[in-house]
Amino acid sequence: MNLSMLKSDTKNLNSFIAAGSALIFIGFIDIILSSFFSTNITAFLPNKISYLTPLLFGLFGLYLIRIEFSGNKLLDKVNTNFNSSNFNALLTLLVIFALIKYVPPLLNWFVFDANFAGNTKEDCTSGGACWVFVKVWLNRFVYGLYPDTEQWRINTAFLTLFLLVGASFFVPQKFKKYIIIFLLFVYPIIGLKLISGGDFGLKYVETGAWGGLSLTFIVSAFALILCFPIGTILALGRRSKLPAIRYTSIGFIELWRGVPLITVLFMSAVMFPMFLPDGTYVDKLIRVLIAITLFEAAYMAEVVRGGLQALPKGQYEAAKSLGMGYWKMHFLIILPQALKLVIPGIANTFLALVKDTPLIFVVGLLELAGMVNLAKTNPKWLGMAMEGYVFAGLVFWVICYVMSRYSQNLEKKLKTER
Amino acid sequence: MNFKNLKFNLSNKNKDLIPQILTVVFLILIVIYFTINAQSNMGNRGISFGFGFLSQESSFDITFSLIDYDGSHTYARAFLVGLLNTILVSAIGIFFATILGVTIGIARLSQNYLVAKSAEWYVEIFRNIPLILQIFFWYFAALRALPLTVDSINFYDISFLNVKGWYVPKFVWTNFSIFIYSIIFAFILIYFLAKYAQKQRDKFGKQIPTLYISILLIIGLPFLTFLIGGVSLTFEIPELTQLSKTVYVYRGGVSIIPELISLALALSMYTATFIAENVRAGILGVSKGQKEAAASIGLTKGQILKLVVMPQALRIIIPPTTNQYLNLTKNSSLAAAIAYPDIVLVFAGTALMQTGRAIEIISITMLTYLSLSLSISVFMNWYNKKMAIKEK
Repeated sequence: MNLSMLKSDTKNLNSFIAAGSALIFIGFIDIILSSFFSTNITAFLPNKISYLTPLLFGLFGLYLIRIEFSGNKLLDKVNTNFNSSNFNALLTLLVIFALIKYVPPLLNWFVFDANFAGNTKEDCTSGGACWVFVKVWLNRFVYGLYPDTEQWRINTAFLTLFLLVGASFFVPQKFKKYIIIFLLFVYPIIGLKLISGGDFGLKYVETGAWGGLSLTFIVSAFALILCFPIGTILALGRRSKLPAIRYTSIGFIELWRGVPLITVLFMSAVMFPMFLPDGTYVDKLIRVLIAITLFEAAYMAEVVRGGLQALPKGQYEAAKSLGMGYWKMHFLIILPQALKLVIPGIANTFLALVKDTPLIFVVGLLELAGMVNLAKTNPKWLGMAMEGYVFAGLVFWVICYVMSRYSQNLEKKLKTER
Repeated sequence: MNFKNLKFNLSNKNKDLIPQILTVVFLILIVIYFTINAQSNMGNRGISFGFGFLSQESSFDITFSLIDYDGSHTYARAFLVGLLNTILVSAIGIFFATILGVTIGIARLSQNYLVAKSAEWYVEIFRNIPLILQIFFWYFAALRALPLTVDSINFYDISFLNVKGWYVPKFVWTNFSIFIYSIIFAFILIYFLAKYAQKQRDKFGKQIPTLYISILLIIGLPFLTFLIGGVSLTFEIPELTQLSKTVYVYRGGVSIIPELISLALALSMYTATFIAENVRAGILGVSKGQKEAAASIGLTKGQILKLVVMPQALRIIIPPTTNQYLNLTKNSSLAAAIAYPDIVLVFAGTALMQTGRAIEIISITMLTYLSLSLSISVFMNWYNKKMAIKEK
């Protein structure tokens, strides 16, 4: 058969569109029938050919409607975006068919067949996901083993934090500075004291009981606040003209960047106590915070260094010619510009930090992922691993996605033309 | 002589010296403080610093090992087993992450809206979920849902997948070394061929079809060893055997443990998202003018890609991608979470627990990773220098 006879052109446009659409339609009917109603309209064909019929119909149909400059706007749009070549047509069909075949069962598991009501595993009777598990354990997933009656303290701490951060957007520029200083230097201590307790009539809650999503936030927030200044100083140190300071910074940065976080945490758990005087005990959480902070600070240092290097030399020279000293030059001229340049890098480091927090399970602290691990081994809730991890994944995904979007916006907002 | 100037210089030097001395003294003090504490601590526990324990009998078993190992071997050998397992899972992860990453990176630039969007969502989803959660998901949720040994998923009767792992045929070679030598020989020939071809092209303008000859060499020479070199290859296919009434196992072949599968899966799917972004950035980074210029001097589409776009794109792609390979290798230490016997689990976990030598073992583990990272960054610097655009 001569295929060129079948090549469509503008003359017999309408008949080709009709024939092509009909073929595509048959292909879709075939796949929909076979995936939803388990009937195969091409069962009379050999097994393997019957399996491929929707694809063949679709491909031939798309081939027929591939008409350049047809004059029909919709058709042209379809052709350029989905149907520019045979290969592209095949990809389009494969993606659509895969969506038709796999998305509905996934949705069924997720929502339509899922169980929401009830309080025990036995309430999960339909085949879908057992969200009852998440519902029952939600308190633990958020607060860990923190005593129920004291949870208001965590809520208060985070609520104040959000209020303060929110307020910093609305108050006039004059007060903004004070709020930020308060947030960075005073608030962490107050917040930590509120959660750990021990004074002011608050019951002491040991850090072993902290956990869940709130611990994820606590660890990331502290490491985030602390790693930034340390990283900046390390970056300045690495670019210093003084050899002793430069080599110390290089050694420090490369040491942390060269090893996986899990070994650093192992170190903080088993090796660090050996280096302290006998009998001193540093809390597990503090050790973890120090380890993560130093680790992330090394990465932050490299990001900031990228910004420092990208800044034109003229900026340094101009600052010096105004008679500024080293610190004044860096804090007033260099760093504000350099940091703006590397917002994506900073955001990526923060994201990496949030994604790294589950690793604190190696020292026995259970944040969200760790709590899921604990819950799924509960004899009453065996076999709930899928639901637990999907839930935890979803929570982390939302946090990270929102953060990355926010950083993209910030980048756009702060972009200044040079 | 200008004394004023001299004085200025001196004071400037002092200004530089003081912070440096302070830093060094501070560092030395910390080291001394830590050493004294460590000594007294170890003294209290009755152990002394040293690496003698490495030659002691380890007396623990490892579930998965590439080399001969059991409890009667030394700690040093246990370390080696762990290191090899780390390298194995990293190599597998790097291989698949590269294939997946390049595919998705190119797919993101596809004209096809659906393909581009699917690729974008793949990146958005898998990049924003912590790797450890993905490992947990594959290991505890997805792979646990596989059938039992009796009802394994059967791939054409040669390979079987079940909850205990993936059983694949084992390659049984005779005269394997001859086969390897022939491959090495083929590579040497190709190297000289490429040199010769370049010479011919530069001097006489002759085009030699290097690619086809190379493919012929790399397939033909090893194939020849089968015919005349006495090399042969047979497959040992795993077979289902019944141990007792309800207990079945697969004998023979190679069994790939679920820990390795889930770790490799998670590592490659996670790292692929970053590689995809690098590939995309690299291809986008080649300016349009380059392609247009190449087209205007009459190069074909294939030639434009091979001679103009790829060399420039690779210059952008390779450095961050090497970094991702390094990250993957370091991330393979998350193996400890699902008990895949890598260096962290075997050495920093079991061996440390048994010997109690925290300082030595953690130092060795960290040094291993550190030397790996440093060697890769040394290579990267060399590569960057080599590939940097030489401006006239």
